[in-house]
Amino acid sequence: MTAISAQLPALQVVLPLLGAVLAALMRRGTPAFALTLAISWTLPFISGALLYQTLTGDPISYRLGGWEPPFGIEYRVDVLNAFVLMLVSSVGAVILPFAHRSVASEIDEDKHAWFYCMYLLCLAGLLGIAITGDAFNAFVFLEISSLATYVLIALGRDRRALLSAFQYLIVGTIGATLYVLGVGLIYLVTGTLNMHDLSTRLVEAYAVYPQPVLAGLAFIVVGVGLKLALFPMHVWLPNAYAYAPSVVSAFLAATATKVAVYLLIRFSFGVFGKAVAFPTLTVTDLIVGLSIAAMFVGAAAAVYQTDLKRMLAYSSVSQIGYITLGVGLANQAGLTGGIVHLANHAIMKAALFLALGAAVYRIGTCKLNDLSGIGRRMPLTMTAFAIAGFGLIGTPGTAGFISKWYLALGSLEVGGWPLLLAIVASSMIAVVYVGRVVEVMWFREESPHVKGASEAPLAMLLPILVLAAATVYFGFDTRATAGIATRAAEMLIGGLR
Amino acid sequence: MIGEFSPGLILIVGALLVPLLRGHLRSAYMLALPGLAFWYLLGLDHGSFGQIQTAGTTLVTLRVDKLSLIFGYIFLVAAFLGVLYALHVDDTLQHVAGLIYAGSAVGAVFAGDLITLFIFWEGTAIASVFLIWASRTETAYRAGLRYLVIQVGSGVLLLAGAIVHYRQTGSIAFDHIGLSSLASWLIFLSFGIKCAFPLMHNWLQDAYPEATVTGTVMLSAFTTKLAVYALARSYSGTEILVPIGAAMTAFPIFYAVIENDLRRVLAYSLNNQLGFMVVGIGIGTEMAINGTVAHAFSHILYKALLFMSMGAVLFRVGTIKGSELGGLYKSMPWTASFCIVGAASISSFPLFSGFISKALIISAAMDGGYFWTWLVLLFASAGVFHHSGIKIPYFAFFAHDSGKRCDEAPGNMLCAMAITAALCVLIGLFPWQLYALLPYAVNYAPYTVEHVVTQMQLLMFSALAFTVLMRTGIYPPELRSTNVDFDWFYRKGGKGLAVATGGALQTAWDGFVTASRRATRQVIAGIYRHHGPEGMLARTWPTGDMTFWTTVILAACLILAYF
Repeated sequence: MTAISAQLPALQVVLPLLGAVLAALMRRGTPAFALTLAISWTLPFISGALLYQTLTGDPISYRLGGWEPPFGIEYRVDVLNAFVLMLVSSVGAVILPFAHRSVASEIDEDKHAWFYCMYLLCLAGLLGIAITGDAFNAFVFLEISSLATYVLIALGRDRRALLSAFQYLIVGTIGATLYVLGVGLIYLVTGTLNMHDLSTRLVEAYAVYPQPVLAGLAFIVVGVGLKLALFPMHVWLPNAYAYAPSVVSAFLAATATKVAVYLLIRFSFGVFGKAVAFPTLTVTDLIVGLSIAAMFVGAAAAVYQTDLKRMLAYSSVSQIGYITLGVGLANQAGLTGGIVHLANHAIMKAALFLALGAAVYRIGTCKLNDLSGIGRRMPLTMTAFAIAGFGLIGTPGTAGFISKWYLALGSLEVGGWPLLLAIVASSMIAVVYVGRVVEVMWFREESPHVKGASEAPLAMLLPILVLAAATVYFGFDTRATAGIATRAAEMLIGGLR
Repeated sequence: MIGEFSPGLILIVGALLVPLLRGHLRSAYMLALPGLAFWYLLGLDHGSFGQIQTAGTTLVTLRVDKLSLIFGYIFLVAAFLGVLYALHVDDTLQHVAGLIYAGSAVGAVFAGDLITLFIFWEGTAIASVFLIWASRTETAYRAGLRYLVIQVGSGVLLLAGAIVHYRQTGSIAFDHIGLSSLASWLIFLSFGIKCAFPLMHNWLQDAYPEATVTGTVMLSAFTTKLAVYALARSYSGTEILVPIGAAMTAFPIFYAVIENDLRRVLAYSLNNQLGFMVVGIGIGTEMAINGTVAHAFSHILYKALLFMSMGAVLFRVGTIKGSELGGLYKSMPWTASFCIVGAASISSFPLFSGFISKALIISAAMDGGYFWTWLVLLFASAGVFHHSGIKIPYFAFFAHDSGKRCDEAPGNMLCAMAITAALCVLIGLFPWQLYALLPYAVNYAPYTVEHVVTQMQLLMFSALAFTVLMRTGIYPPELRSTNVDFDWFYRKGGKGLAVATGGALQTAWDGFVTASRRATRQVIAGIYRHHGPEGMLARTWPTGDMTFWTTVILAACLILAYF
């Protein structure tokens, strides 16, 4: 038993990676699905065990292939990335049962096995980014997950999916290139790629060569910013999410951008934190400014969308703005708010995308007008949609309120009134775009598309209900979200100069 | 203590099961809910319960003391009466909304912290708007929307105030706050909106008369009295409340006199009665707070009774315009007599509930040395008698016979009115029972010769004035117009200057409205231009543009990092 538990960090990544190969070899959809399900349901236990260990003891250091850390690749798990691992693997586990029927209805049969192969590859990449303690290894996993993502998006039914995937490929590659350029710059001045090692060595390097270090930080922030769709580098995201298959939209919205945010937090606080005083840098102000712009632009664009998947995608741009705002505030409460919202937004957005996916499964469209009156036909699904939508607004009693509460406290600490006002005002726009949809779904006459539709099948309904229930649960019991996020923020702030 | 949860939850959770039931079972169930909550309330000890640890703070969902208990009692009584009055209605939406609304109000009363208060505060706003929308007319829909915006806005102010308060003091306790900081002003403003302070009052007269027959009865009981409770809890003794309250008692009288829609008259008089309570809170002595609480208690009953009787008329006749009613006492004798009991109570006739509660506030104003306020309150008392005590029953049930004949109100309505009327009389006859429930010990005897005589003089002269005005034809007749507003003053004033000023103001105002409408439209068009489906910020950019912006940001980052 101990032999296995010592290898948990490696298993977290190796399991989905091997699964991807097996799924490709299976060639048929159903066995590939069963395999993916088995793996997806195992991963949360692994990350749960890792999270438990880091919460009760010191960070875990795992030497890949037995090489000493600064030279070989090290997997380093502390409270922050254990939390992200837990989030990614749990969301993956919850939404997967939804995939079987949804994929069967949206993707050609000969591509089913490939779909699960790519899904597992993407999952492996995302978990790898979160778990690794090596800056270049993170780049490798970033590419693994990105390449798989391009394929997953291109599998969408709409022909525009192909173009969106291609566009994301170009932009995503630029982002990854900028990231690797940044890593290269700091490698030049320090001679190491290990993040933990970098954080101490950068102190000396910064004293001697301040400019390459700052340039490295700038490259990494912009590269990662592109991957997490920070305004105005967000334009790839709405199309990618809108035209991807339903499950993929839900999965990517809940995990991919979140892992990129993790990378931003890790580098700005963990790696560069000791050398440069990140909270005082003007780059931080830039992040805050762009975040606020994202909060408003994303929300305002969401108001006018008629394709609801696109609307949710723009809402993601806005919500990511809240998360990066927390990062940019760089104080205890703000950072806690950012990290909590990472998890809360993942849960809520997954629920929303899945609910739309269920609607697409039943009536084949997710245009706003086609969905009028659907609330009476699919009451459970659309109640879940409404609950998660209220979460996006930040209604008390939902998880979204908890995030905004911390962000508000963090804003008052630094920016005072205008920031708080911005948070409240942008939430008001969320009231509009959520309220508009809820109104159409519940209070309008039934559209011809909706006639004859029935509640989603159980395997699709359960994930939606679980996520909606989690939205409410984490609005009250915040030990698992805000509790851990507070500890992670304490650790990060404590590590600053 | 068996459980530690807010009694409001009994109503809220209970309401969710209402759609599953039908017929008499549903009626019995809905009546049982407030009863069950009341029984639960009786078993509660004083103290803070139902504490929930969340996000680094402690929420107190159940704070029991004398102040919250008495409001809890009367809210549950009002909920029971409201349900009983609405039993004949076959509209599940209204029943569910009404119960959730009442439950939220009760929950807010027992909230021990500002966040819990906020949650229930918004709960009342959202649930109650359905009582307005349930009329299912275009005007009701629009009035409901306006109402919702204002009510939710009040909640947002409360939340903003709570957050700032927490930052400043580290506490979110819902206790005495007092006007000192920015946070306290925000919260004050939020309470003020809900309490319909002058110039923030329009939502009340706008929305209440548009609600359904049964919805208005519910609405009249909870929202504003919840605000009175909140003010009494957090701002007792705040000097500025005295003039605010005095203004509230006086100005609605003029509107009430000229208004033709009798339910709107009641809405104005509701505003005026709130003024008495606000004055009491502003004075802040033990006697004044007692008076406020007692007045809220009796006010909820007689105001509900008046709305019930007018609702019954509307239900049977189909109109509630003073100009089209009259002589209904022949058809609806019971309703007429209940209405007179309500009218007597609101006018503070001795032996009725208003007499023993309003007296506390007026005496407290006298003792506190508020001479002018005291005068205004006396004037307002006479005015109340005028428009609610005489005008309502007179125009509806007497006056000239309109020739309308209809059935007496349905049994459940009569039953609800009878119970309410009985309570009004009982409180008037046995004031000590009510006084014993008040937050502080009461050392006041309402039935002294002097008090009774003063009050009767006031009432008699007011009645005399009404009679004389009616006889001489000066009294504004039952106007057929439905919309009498500010312009009434400068038309009747007869002074050219007033007309000119009024006209100029009107033109300026119209111009301002048109200009701001145009500006708003332009802003919206601007937003649409940029964010709409074809807008710059919402359409799909070419890949090159994306790359360009990435480069710009990178350049900005580098420049910012270096300098």
